[in-house]
Amino acid sequence: MKNTILASAAAALLAAPALAEVKVGMITTLSGGGAGLGIDVRDGFMLAIQQSGRDDIEVVIEDDQRKPDIAVQLADKMVQAEKVDVLTGIIWSNLAMAVVPSVTAQGKFYLSPNAGPSPLAGQGCHPNYFNVAWQNDNLHEAAGAYANTASYGNSFILAPNYPAGTDALTGYKRTFEGGIASEVYTQLGQTDYAAEIAQIRASDADSVYFFLPGGMGISFLKQYADSGVDLPIVGPAFSFDQGILQAVGDAALGVVNTSQWNKDIDNPTNAAFVESFQEAYGRLPSLYASQGFDTANLLISAIEAADVTDADAFRDALRAANFDSTRGDFAFGPNHHPVQTIYAREVIKEGDVFTNKIIGTALENHSDAYAADCKM
Amino acid sequence: MSTVLIIEQVLNGLQFGVMLFLMAAGLTLIFGVMGLINLAHGSLYMVGAFAAAWVAGATGSFLLALAAALAAAAAAGALIEVLVIRRLYKAAHLDQVLATFALILIFSEGTRYVFGSFPLFLDIPAYLSGPVTLPGGIQYPFYRLVLIGVGCVVALGLWWLTARTRVGIQIRAGENDREMIAALGVDISKLYTLVFAIGAALAGLAGALVGAIQSVQVGMGEPVLILAFVVIVIGGIGSIRGAFIGALLVGLTDTLGGIFLPELFKLFMESGAATQTGSALAAMAAYILMGIVLIWRPTGLFGARS
Repeated sequence: MKNTILASAAAALLAAPALAEVKVGMITTLSGGGAGLGIDVRDGFMLAIQQSGRDDIEVVIEDDQRKPDIAVQLADKMVQAEKVDVLTGIIWSNLAMAVVPSVTAQGKFYLSPNAGPSPLAGQGCHPNYFNVAWQNDNLHEAAGAYANTASYGNSFILAPNYPAGTDALTGYKRTFEGGIASEVYTQLGQTDYAAEIAQIRASDADSVYFFLPGGMGISFLKQYADSGVDLPIVGPAFSFDQGILQAVGDAALGVVNTSQWNKDIDNPTNAAFVESFQEAYGRLPSLYASQGFDTANLLISAIEAADVTDADAFRDALRAANFDSTRGDFAFGPNHHPVQTIYAREVIKEGDVFTNKIIGTALENHSDAYAADCKM
Repeated sequence: MSTVLIIEQVLNGLQFGVMLFLMAAGLTLIFGVMGLINLAHGSLYMVGAFAAAWVAGATGSFLLALAAALAAAAAAGALIEVLVIRRLYKAAHLDQVLATFALILIFSEGTRYVFGSFPLFLDIPAYLSGPVTLPGGIQYPFYRLVLIGVGCVVALGLWWLTARTRVGIQIRAGENDREMIAALGVDISKLYTLVFAIGAALAGLAGALVGAIQSVQVGMGEPVLILAFVVIVIGGIGSIRGAFIGALLVGLTDTLGGIFLPELFKLFMESGAATQTGSALAAMAAYILMGIVLIWRPTGLFGARS
């Protein structure tokens, strides 16, 4: 499946043949269970490219099927055959770990619109690697900070048994000042949480923190709501994004979750983004779409300031992050990861649509715990 | 660990087991009668869940949704039997695996084409939702008790179908000697389509029932399918009774293993490491059980063939 999309649409092809000056390779997940995330990133990214009106950016989009081996093959093809200048798009941390170190070592730039595994933020950081979303631990650290302000004293925490799951619980414990009633690792892809909910019921916890992205979160929330356990729950935005809230329904109402973005962040860029995204695709944008949109705008700002063939100048232009982000002010820390405010949001119902509303700030100007290990 | 918690976990294991049985019953019938390895059985589970979610969204009735799930999965099953599967009965198992794997991809991408990439909404109806208090003060979701009940009723119905009806006699005869029953004048290809549709309908029913408490999304059937294969290997291929016992064993092992193994490791390990090791081992528990059963009885608990 190959989609080569010229950013300028057909009209530009008919006009004078503008040579694409910058070639972007996007490897993302467009089929299988995790496709919703990749589609949102792609749509947000392409929206920004279209809005820029530039016809000198060519984007090659390929589907990694959420498989690391396929992502590696695609990356090799893009670097060697397609000769792209910049790569982007990967959703999952295990795929990013398989691709990013190799492409940055070959002198290409990689802009991450989602995955932010800790090795790439710390000792494995690279001058050509920029993360526009977050370091993986960030939203979990924010959840721990929120739990402090909500004066929870004893949390039951659970996550799937894989690297990002371990990172998640580590992140929560890093900021949470209360006790941990129990720490449970579930199977990745597990769909039934009756056993875990029974443990929650039997524990002496006063709150529950869970990191179960995608379908796992839908299952957990529906089953939790039906179980009669009424402890407050907190989660990261990954279980409450616009794509899956409608599938959870009333079970998610009122739940507090943490995110670096929401559609009601008050700035002109964000308002225009939310409106134009709805107009273009007929649905509300998710945080993944906002990350794709910001990634493309960062890229465009760098292309405007420097020539991509001059790697040092282009890198400086990326580092300056001189673009209007949907999150408001945007800046990179020393390890090329965002320093940003993370909000607490609450799930509400607007008419027939479930969505989020910001209720407060969880962490302000937050960096990550690994920046000190990064030597570049 | 309190008695209440243990009883609740046993109920969870039973509930998981009877849902596995709905999947495994169809698989074992199809494998037993036709000798066919059907990897696309998980897709029929998904078809049932999507049909139920769509009808529930349009009409608001959960019973209609269940009926739609049964009908859609049975129809999809009959359709692929006539179009594809029928050509595979004489083929090698590897060809069957290849062809039915292709069906998985076609069903998954076809479903995404029709319903989009985002999960659908399907919820428990109000009259089945919420917890009930069992004797001994155990709070347990009513819907899960209903699932256990439905699974047992279906198991009884299947037993009656295979043991007490004419169709059942033909199915059992087909398992033993398909040439002979064809020679006796039974329309074997019609019988095969019927068995396939029954198996598909059961998978669709499981998909709809489970979809209400889980996530209705593309690819939801494949994780269940793997455990369903474990179940029919443990129970003995072709045996409905074996599938029932095997499903309960796997359901209980999987659920209780996830609870007790981490606790067991905590007796002699540091808490965090014990949780991780215990969880990892719990994920393997059902497969270890299968290994033990196969060493003890190479044809499964109720397997007839040697």
